[in-house]
Amino acid sequence: MAVIDDTVTEHVVPHHAEEPSGFYRWLTSTDHKVIGKNYLYTSLAFFFIAGLMAVLIRTQLFSPNNHFVSPQTYNELFTIHGSMMLYLFAGPFAFGGVANYIIPLQIGAPDMAFPRLNSLSYWLFLTGGITMLLGFLTASGAAAFGWVAYAPLSEATNSPGAGPDLWIVSVALVGFSGIFTAVNLVTTIMYLRAPGLTMFRMPIFTWNMLVTGILILISFPVLTAALILLYADRHFGTHIFTVAGGGVPVLWQNLFWFFGHPEVYILALPYFGMVTEVIPVFSRKPVFGYKGLVFATLAIAGLSTGVWAHHMFTTGTVLLPFFSALSLLIAVPTGIKIYTWVATMWKGSLDFKTPLTFSIGFIVAFTMGGITGVMLAAPPIDFYTHDTYFVVAHFHQVLFGSAVLAGFAGLYYWYPKLTGRMYREGLGKLHFWLIFIGFNVTFLPQYVVGLRGMPRRIAEYAASDGFTFLNRVSTVGAYITAIGFLVFIWNMWISWRRPIPAGDNPWDGHTLEWGTSSPPPSHNFHSLPPIRSQRPVWDANHPEHADYLRPPEPSRFSSRRDEAVVDR
Amino acid sequence: MRTIDVASRSFSVVRVVRVVRVGSALVLGGLVLGACNLPGFGADRGATTQGHSTFHLFQFFAILSIPVLLSVFVPLVYAILRFKRRGDEIPKQTHSHIPIEIVYTVVPIIIIVVLFVFTVRVENKVTAVSAHPNLRVDVTAYQWGWKFYYPSLGITEYTEGNHYPDLVLPENETTTVRLVSSDVVHGFYIPAFDFSRYALPGVTNYFDFTPNQVGSFIGRCSQLCGLYHSEMLFHVSVDTPAGFNAWASSHSSNSKGA
Repeated sequence: MAVIDDTVTEHVVPHHAEEPSGFYRWLTSTDHKVIGKNYLYTSLAFFFIAGLMAVLIRTQLFSPNNHFVSPQTYNELFTIHGSMMLYLFAGPFAFGGVANYIIPLQIGAPDMAFPRLNSLSYWLFLTGGITMLLGFLTASGAAAFGWVAYAPLSEATNSPGAGPDLWIVSVALVGFSGIFTAVNLVTTIMYLRAPGLTMFRMPIFTWNMLVTGILILISFPVLTAALILLYADRHFGTHIFTVAGGGVPVLWQNLFWFFGHPEVYILALPYFGMVTEVIPVFSRKPVFGYKGLVFATLAIAGLSTGVWAHHMFTTGTVLLPFFSALSLLIAVPTGIKIYTWVATMWKGSLDFKTPLTFSIGFIVAFTMGGITGVMLAAPPIDFYTHDTYFVVAHFHQVLFGSAVLAGFAGLYYWYPKLTGRMYREGLGKLHFWLIFIGFNVTFLPQYVVGLRGMPRRIAEYAASDGFTFLNRVSTVGAYITAIGFLVFIWNMWISWRRPIPAGDNPWDGHTLEWGTSSPPPSHNFHSLPPIRSQRPVWDANHPEHADYLRPPEPSRFSSRRDEAVVDR
Repeated sequence: MRTIDVASRSFSVVRVVRVVRVGSALVLGGLVLGACNLPGFGADRGATTQGHSTFHLFQFFAILSIPVLLSVFVPLVYAILRFKRRGDEIPKQTHSHIPIEIVYTVVPIIIIVVLFVFTVRVENKVTAVSAHPNLRVDVTAYQWGWKFYYPSLGITEYTEGNHYPDLVLPENETTTVRLVSSDVVHGFYIPAFDFSRYALPGVTNYFDFTPNQVGSFIGRCSQLCGLYHSEMLFHVSVDTPAGFNAWASSHSSNSKGA
């Protein structure tokens, strides 16, 4: 056995001593922890605003021929609901908020690679988000063409006014913010890892953020370009997406979904990463099949750039078998991940704290949403269910499952690290059960109502359609979910007003962020534990079960190798 | 000691493989034997020959999804019930188990291949356009209505105020629809036919219906097309060939949407 060197790696402490405090600090800081928290607060605020819109949408659909809101307002509501949830919450919460805060800690770095660029990202994001909301104040109202903005509906003749322009500018600003964050994340992960933290020792969350960053760099510029073309059509007299001047409307769909489908995985991979951090810690086991997981992530990323046209099966302009095959195939690496999570829990020592409970809720929702996703990858089934509530139910199960259930698993998990305090466990559980029940009551009936032929984005339906009962159930579910989030806000309030100290490592965490104080000092680490495996903090706290005690090179069947270690 | 352990593990892997194999054989056999008696899982059975194929494909996917769901939920629930933390004991630190990893990679690939083969077969049926259809209808979608033009009969039906136009089709005969849009993207959607297709400006789409059930159904616009998207409805009436001919002769003189 190799001689183990227990010397502690000393860090060069950067000069952070004269940090301002209070409002001025919030305004000027380039510390990834301050920016990360700003991102978290801001994206959660957008999440609550967009959630409120969902409640209004569901209220409108409670009864047939309802006139709670006008059709124009209804179209604006679901457009901005979708846009905010996807552009302003799910993405920024994950890579601007959680990843920004956690990644430098997980890899033992003092900050992000480009702190000022990081700050610029946040301000672009905030400005972009406010720009989107400003649409409601214009005379013509906010954008009302859906978050996908299909041309020519999004052209000036069909959607005149300043609201749609504000939407375009807003998404472009947020897109630039995302690109800058991705540059920062990829550079940080490639160049600022602590000595000893090789690629195959990186935590899965870090891996997933690296891959997400690369996907952002592939796909977001395409969206930005498409938005500029659309803006040119609206204001500079070009005819890129209009038939009248010789343009091609379906080009918009190709460009949009070339961004839009990788985007779906950009919104999913970070959350996969979060549950992959939570489940091992609360099972007291290493993650099962680490390398398989890494390769599954890479496979998802590769495939995700070749499946965009499965959103366009019903256009009659795409090669169906190709996009169908690739879309079906993506189920394989996704399935590997799901089985990996279950296998990690298998024979573990499961502590059902709020983060693990949310992670299990995520597995349940995501598995169901994934299976209906496989159905939608078959063009004939897509012809039948495209643009119906079946699709709405599918993508809410995967996106709500990821961004909300897994996202809040991550938030509760790292809350003690962010604040040094503990949230209220009982309220966390109550939050989980309310939103888990509410979410399923909302979306499971939508599968059925979709199969019965209810198109999405209709402001009204008739009593004779037979959609009423299921829509009522769905609306009640949305209200239950909303109450769940009031519990969350109460939990955050009470935990802030009457703090309970959490300690530096309340969960017996595995990765480097648990090896520093909570909250971490401005330069993150006074010292680092030796990094000899994927779980340096676990190794330090459980030397008799340390990962580096395993033989370094795996034999052909690693099961035998594991037994050899455990039998010792 | 160790060899016994390894043997029992590989035995369990063999058992998993066998269960999967027997299970999928049962599912496939069941499908072949009694596709029509199986539940529809809430789906419409499809009132055209094309739509009925789609329905069977949906059924096949839905049935196959049951063992897949169970393969996640059963071990998950078992783990939740069985492996709750009881003491401070550290469980065995298992990092990987290559045979199990191979199983949960290869079995899904096999399932995907099977699904793909069935998908392509049904897809070819559903998207086939007859060279000599019994009838042609030109459908134009616009904000916010539909125009149905029968070139061989000279009949035109279109949306007029609150009147929804009627798409009349003969039973057991193949009709080719030519679909265009005159403004934005619309979705020509007949839920009872298990089918929709975009009406896309700049693109002409062709597809066939062979209705096998007399009745009247609702048609909708599925793709958001602006303010009155939800009002863009039409009726579909499938009549016997004799009934269809009677309708055609009574309407060809006054081609109106009334």
